[in-house]
Amino acid sequence: MNMEPILSVRGLCMDFGGIRALDKLDLRIRAGEIAALIGPNGAGKTTFFNCLTGIYTPTAGELLLAPPGQPSRRLNGLKPNRVTEAGLARTFQNIRLFPGMTVLENVLIGRHCRTKAKILGAILRDPRTRREERENVDIGMALLKKVGLAHMADEVAKNLPYGAQRRLEIARALATEPLLLLLDEPAAGMNPQETQELISLIRSIRAEGLSILLIEHDMKLVMSLSDYIFVVDYGRKIAEGVPEEVRINPVVIKAYLGEEVDYA
Amino acid sequence: MNVITIKNFRNALVTALWFMFLTFPIMVIKVNTTENLIVWRWHNLLYVGATAFTASLLTALYRQYRDRKRSQQQQEEGTSRVSWNERFFNTPAIARPVCALGALFFLVFPLLFSTYQVNIMTTALMYVVLGLGLNIVVGVAGLLNLGYVAFYAVGAYTYALLNMHYGVGFWVALPLGGIMAALFGILLGFPVLRLRGDYLAIVTLGFGEIILLVLKNWSEFSQGPGGISNISRPGLFNIQLSMEATLNYQYYLTIAMVLLTIFVINRLQNSRIGRALFALREDEIACQAMGIDKTTIKLTAFALGATWAGLAGVFFAAKNAYINPDSFTFLESAMILCIVVLGGMGSILGVIIGALVLILLPEYLRAFSDYRMLAFGAILVSMMIFRPQGIVANIRQSYRSSKDGAP
Repeated sequence: MNMEPILSVRGLCMDFGGIRALDKLDLRIRAGEIAALIGPNGAGKTTFFNCLTGIYTPTAGELLLAPPGQPSRRLNGLKPNRVTEAGLARTFQNIRLFPGMTVLENVLIGRHCRTKAKILGAILRDPRTRREERENVDIGMALLKKVGLAHMADEVAKNLPYGAQRRLEIARALATEPLLLLLDEPAAGMNPQETQELISLIRSIRAEGLSILLIEHDMKLVMSLSDYIFVVDYGRKIAEGVPEEVRINPVVIKAYLGEEVDYA
Repeated sequence: MNVITIKNFRNALVTALWFMFLTFPIMVIKVNTTENLIVWRWHNLLYVGATAFTASLLTALYRQYRDRKRSQQQQEEGTSRVSWNERFFNTPAIARPVCALGALFFLVFPLLFSTYQVNIMTTALMYVVLGLGLNIVVGVAGLLNLGYVAFYAVGAYTYALLNMHYGVGFWVALPLGGIMAALFGILLGFPVLRLRGDYLAIVTLGFGEIILLVLKNWSEFSQGPGGISNISRPGLFNIQLSMEATLNYQYYLTIAMVLLTIFVINRLQNSRIGRALFALREDEIACQAMGIDKTTIKLTAFALGATWAGLAGVFFAAKNAYINPDSFTFLESAMILCIVVLGGMGSILGVIIGALVLILLPEYLRAFSDYRMLAFGAILVSMMIFRPQGIVANIRQSYRSSKDGAP
């Protein structure tokens, strides 16, 4: 496996008034790996995602994205759309699709930052705009096929079943051509079969060379999927390591899982 | 089966009593000021009560019917509901002749009807343009704008002032009016970037009032409430036209304008920009997370919407040859908003129907002009209850992949 970090987080702090939600967090995510961020409720996982994606501006620390073969970029303080352009795409803990738009249109929105058509192009429909639109639709359909939603392309997003909405969110994030995919509790509310489909989907995405960072509560999913796990509690990183290490780490068991839990 | 229960009956009775109580001062008491008499028209109270009672019962019956139909539809899983306009457009055998007939009707309209009718129709068509413009802001991008008429005023005054001071003609002023309005749209857009919903509505309302007050009070600039007269009408290669010919010419110009608007807006809606605007309405945070620059897209929405108002404003000034600030009150904004809401947010056909209904009906029902506002209110309230999506619901575009291997 490639050992170059694609994302380095150094000493990240986030204060809300007097409350320190993230305290000197250090993470390194290597290219092509599936990393997981776990921790009890309120540990600061989603706050970390929001800092990373530009919704919050971190109080201190560095977020560095290093695209392969290019100089690294600082992500602190960039607007969310800039972060997405830089190569981070996310899904949301509580699904945030565009409910009134069709499935394909949702994916096409993801193409927005990789395309250029302006107002004039839209009105005149010159060859370049038409070609761009055609390519977009093709890419969109290919992505929908990958997540198994191609047959529902013209369905309005809000009519999709829950699991399909989750997969559509992933397809939409992939449409932005990310380097690193951020999944915020992708398996929340899914039944075992849907979770199984999700696991194979995430594996197939990784197989194409994407790096993935996921926040998840479903331990079975985290343990079977991740290459590397970071554990946070009260905004601090309390442990990290491969699943086997984290699984037996007493600090983690104490802080996060409770003393009596036994992973089957 | 439809059953009127005791509960429905009691509700209807309460509604009737409420209506009788509320309308008592206007429907029953009539003060005759010349003879200092008060006439008590008790029979009116009876009518109000009876009407409210029947209407309430009918509503209850309709609700039962609707709920039953919905539950039936839910049982037949898989049959997704197709709206009437979707069916209409997907059946070329019906859609084509109907569209052709409509086009023919508008084409020969001036030959069939009097100049008075042509004039009214021209006004209605201008409201179609205004409605379609506001539709971009409110219907597509979901930014509630209550000061839309300000841009209409900007367009009209741009032409009127340029014409008065520099003798600028209609055709030169038309694009200038649009550009001016777009600039004002961006000017309004900047301070309201962070606002949404009610707050945005209030600021835009204030913006409309500011423009109106400036026009009213800055007499050196706009000639105040007296307005500007003798504005040149649109020219046609320096040919002198008779009064009737001018009206017809204006009518066809407006038709051309409407067609242009429909063409442009239709293309915009189904483009990258249009999708981004729709996405902005649906979910702002997700929109940004998907790489859409919120600032740019909001300003684009305001500027695009304002442009059409500016163009319509130039038309308005040229058509009337006289403008004053009273044409640009909040009531106008409310009217245009009604057109969009009644017609169907985000739907082009809906807005056209909405504009024609709301502008033409009052003209032809002049006999009932006293009750115009009452009827307006009633129509809007019943729309909200029975068909909140508007007359014509918005259809989403479907796309075809070029290598169509997909089912």
